[in-house]
Amino acid sequence: MSAQFRQDFAVIANWIPFGAKVLDLGCEDGSLLKFLEGSLEVKGYGIEKDDAHWLNTLKQGLNVIQMDLESGLSGFESQSFDMVVLSQTLQAMHNTEKIVHEMLRVGKEAIVTFPNFGYWRHRIQLMRGQMPVSKTLPYEWYNTPNIHLCTIKDFDEFCVKNKIGVKERLILTQGKPIHVMPNLMGALAMYRLVSK
Amino acid sequence: MSEKNSVGLVKAKLAQFTKPLQLTSGKKLPSYELAYETYGTLNAKKNNAVLVCHALSGNHHVAGRYKKDDKYPGWWDNLIGPGRPLDTNRFFVIGVNNLGGCHGSSGSKSINPKTKKPWGSDFPIVTVEDWVNAQAALMDQLGIDSLAAVIGGSLGGMQAIQWTLSYPKRVRHAVVIAAASNLTAQNVAFNEVARQAIITDPDFYNGDYYRFKKKPKRGLRIARMLGHITYLSDDAMGMKFGRKLKNKNIEYSFDVNFEMESYLHHQGDKFAEEFDANTYLRMTRALDYFDPAKDYQDNLSKAFKKIESEFLVVSFTSDWRFSPQRSKEIVKALLDNELTVSYAEVTAQHGHDAFLMSDPHYHGILTAYFKKIANQL
Repeated sequence: MSAQFRQDFAVIANWIPFGAKVLDLGCEDGSLLKFLEGSLEVKGYGIEKDDAHWLNTLKQGLNVIQMDLESGLSGFESQSFDMVVLSQTLQAMHNTEKIVHEMLRVGKEAIVTFPNFGYWRHRIQLMRGQMPVSKTLPYEWYNTPNIHLCTIKDFDEFCVKNKIGVKERLILTQGKPIHVMPNLMGALAMYRLVSK
Repeated sequence: MSEKNSVGLVKAKLAQFTKPLQLTSGKKLPSYELAYETYGTLNAKKNNAVLVCHALSGNHHVAGRYKKDDKYPGWWDNLIGPGRPLDTNRFFVIGVNNLGGCHGSSGSKSINPKTKKPWGSDFPIVTVEDWVNAQAALMDQLGIDSLAAVIGGSLGGMQAIQWTLSYPKRVRHAVVIAAASNLTAQNVAFNEVARQAIITDPDFYNGDYYRFKKKPKRGLRIARMLGHITYLSDDAMGMKFGRKLKNKNIEYSFDVNFEMESYLHHQGDKFAEEFDANTYLRMTRALDYFDPAKDYQDNLSKAFKKIESEFLVVSFTSDWRFSPQRSKEIVKALLDNELTVSYAEVTAQHGHDAFLMSDPHYHGILTAYFKKIANQL
């Protein structure tokens, strides 16, 4: 696990109250939930589609529900979780708008993190005439699962348009917070969202 | 799976109960017997017992063989044994033949102590709740206060759910596979066709055929053939049989032309020979009547309020009798009560029968889950 990934976890943990009920969408092997359980004693549930990831999450002793996020969160009651987390998965979803609305229906709050397409390293690669490949976007154009990439500016507009409140926002590059020109200097965007 | 991981040779046991059993129907069974088997050893703390509940046509012979040359082992042998997912080195595993069954427990075929004749139609209609109460009486007799887990597929999964409702403090984990919290109208309809096949067989004699030394084999055979169609997926049938012919050419007759027919006939014949029609009627009714949400305005989440057990729920993608959607309803009601639950939707082609297969991913899930339970002992 890279230093940046752990930093990502630490920020998420900072935004989650002790003992909260947390739903982690696309939990992969359950690392984030395991971390949150250990540090904050959260009541955690993961959602994971992939068989191997699902089994690894179960093996960590965590609760994990196998389902496809694209079909929404219909199996979950409205406002039944304190926090719903979507960590670096938004850009790979078909129904981007639907899942953010679903997160704020099921959760009192939501955390969304995504790679900033506007990061200067990405812009330079585009100016050189090639699709960006970086630590946060580690795929080639032909094998990337990422279909809905956006910049920080794009996501801010998305929130305004969809009447989503941004409670907190943190932009990171190599694990360090970026305050100046975040849409240019930031590699990873983290948002704490609420319904307006 | 290698024989070396088998529980080996096993013996069935018979438990007798003289304390009357109050049934859901209002009737009472003054006394009864339950056939059961056990594998592995009950530990000193008596906290490593796992109850395996059987489905429609199952029984207490879950694993191992009675004789070395038995053609088949118990019906869930691939799951149970030293080093298998339900590891008998760690767990004390119990299989029970349910009340109304025809493999040694009290049922229509067995002798009514009052009349010294087979119970026949007089044997009461029993429910999943009744079965669980009888199973709990067996646990009392075995000195088991709390079960590490109750596991079952299909109708067996319904019993696992019922355990967590009837005895929330006596079961720590429920493993509910290819089940539902009640039957759909379509499922009740399938059961009714099966029952009508049996009841309208001239050899049924209103359920008292034992007296006439007859068996409603034709009805039971049709019931089983119908069942078999619904336990398999269209794809599985297509792959196994397709439109293959038994002989080279179409025969322009109503004899067996297609391989599919041959298979169905074989399954029907075998079943009609060894199973009891009254048991089939009662098992299907238990399925029909199971509906824990019924007394809670059909709100399963409310019905599940009293549950304290942890759950593993598993469904199979090609199962159209107990579809993944039905398992998700169970998961939702558990989540609504903030219970500990994991849910797997296993990609499988075998339809409802997939729960009996030894698919590596499916068994990997059960292995991981039972390891977690073993670590809590």
